Amino acid sequence: MKKLFMSLLFIGIFVNSTFAEKIIMEGSTTVLPAAQRAAETYMDKNSSADITVRGGGSGVGINSLISGTCDIANSSRQIKDSELQLSVSKNKSPKSFVIAMDGIAVIVNNSNNISTLSKQQVEDIYTGKVTNWSQVGGKDLKIVVVSRDSASGTFESFGELALNKKKVVNAALMQASNRAVVTLISETPGAIGYVGIGYLNSQTKVLSIDGVKPSKENVLKNKYPYSRPLFMLTNGDPKGEIKKFIDFVLSTDGQDLIEEEGFVPLK
Amino acid sequence: MYSFKEKSIKIIFTILAFVSLFFLLGIIFVLFKESVPVISEINLIKFLFGKYWYPTHEPAEFGILPLILASFWVTLGALIVCAPLGISVALYINEIASPKQKQILKPLIEILAGIPSIIFGFFGMLVIAPLIQKTFNISTGLCTLTASLVLGIMATPTVASLSEDALSFVPKSFKEASYALGANRWQTLLKVVIPAAGSGISTSVILGMSRIVGETMTVLMVSGGAAVIPKSFFDPVRPMTSTIAAEMGESAVGSIHYHSLFAIGLILFLTTLIFNAAAEIISKKHRLKLGIDR
Repeated sequence: MKKLFMSLLFIGIFVNSTFAEKIIMEGSTTVLPAAQRAAETYMDKNSSADITVRGGGSGVGINSLISGTCDIANSSRQIKDSELQLSVSKNKSPKSFVIAMDGIAVIVNNSNNISTLSKQQVEDIYTGKVTNWSQVGGKDLKIVVVSRDSASGTFESFGELALNKKKVVNAALMQASNRAVVTLISETPGAIGYVGIGYLNSQTKVLSIDGVKPSKENVLKNKYPYSRPLFMLTNGDPKGEIKKFIDFVLSTDGQDLIEEEGFVPLK
Repeated sequence: MYSFKEKSIKIIFTILAFVSLFFLLGIIFVLFKESVPVISEINLIKFLFGKYWYPTHEPAEFGILPLILASFWVTLGALIVCAPLGISVALYINEIASPKQKQILKPLIEILAGIPSIIFGFFGMLVIAPLIQKTFNISTGLCTLTASLVLGIMATPTVASLSEDALSFVPKSFKEASYALGANRWQTLLKVVIPAAGSGISTSVILGMSRIVGETMTVLMVSGGAAVIPKSFFDPVRPMTSTIAAEMGESAVGSIHYHSLFAIGLILFLTTLIFNAAAEIISKKHRLKLGIDR
């Protein structure tokens, strides 16, 4: 009996390893939730697929791809020249796919008379240099800075796109979700906050940055300053299961999932 | 047969009793083990007294003084709310309420004690915070005062219920003796009943406090979450519990951030341990004083 069980187990492992192609995805924590979601849905549809998704950051993902320890690298930035050179020396040829656009909107309370801010003003507000709306042309009202928790991907993106990696002032109210940010701002006259473009609604007022509105068109054309493409990189032209997965991410179904995670789809 | 049944039941219950002890020891062990790297990787003084909490920034800073002070202020504020309120409720139920009122009030208060904390969080976020913001004309309603009020209301049933128990333990003969000596109701209450139940009431307040210190979801929702050293009750704060809740999920396992969150957990654990031990010691004295030997 025991023998039979063991041999069955053995066959099971063997069958599994022949038919399930294992894909390892690694990289940007910004892309992580969307990649995770896409991988889960893809695995539900294709029982033979086995996809592992790891975080670590864009640089870690690209380095793993070059050294061959992952199959797909998630990245929130373009591959650097130095990384391309390194990959050539290791006989690898990374190929980038833009899978979505990431756009972050700056929002204020509906009663606020400000409708546009410059990039510099946003940075000054978030680093604590500017503390009153009158300093940027508004009413004499204390600014309540609202930020996402330091663990969130949106926080990370905003830090890179809007603050040049400077520290958010420590008096900022750290909120655990995009929804909490919207609710807080709709109830607080002096508040300013930021959310992924997918979370905008009429409860708050959206600001233009340097005169550009964070519309989907402006994000797709990369005109809006707080937007950037998100990438998946493969080694050479993707083949087999990897190609099927990338195709799924770029398909209408895949792009719908990405939109649900708060990003701007390509179509 | 009978003795076998008896024995096996005894063994099963002994094992179950030790299982909970085993879990407790396991939790303490993990907390200590995961906290220790903080001492070697960040300096302990820097960790405890650092003024800036920037766990994900480059370079990261791990000063938890703002978090400790936040917990302290919120707890103090909540105590100012729940202690007088809870004790007054207990006195009313025990001394003034008619038996019928008592029959309704006591179970109601116990139901209130069982309401999930997230409901209090909603209530605080949507009702109390906007109210406080408008009343005091401050920039945001998510502040220490709101957190203190909500937590104070939350802990009131605990304090009231336990204080009422303590009051009801005061032997009738104490009161009768007081009345016999010509003291009126107020004098009896103030000079005899409250002192006799004093340590029991203190126990209830301390247990209420340990509930407040450990409360997570509510403070995460109503305290604002800014890691600054609070200067007034109108400043938003970030208590220790909500910091762990908000950041644990995303911190890389084994990083300094991860270990420092465990260390914050350890500090919380030790705080509530001290509170509960104090409550236990005081209530033991209380029982001795009243001649209730258990």
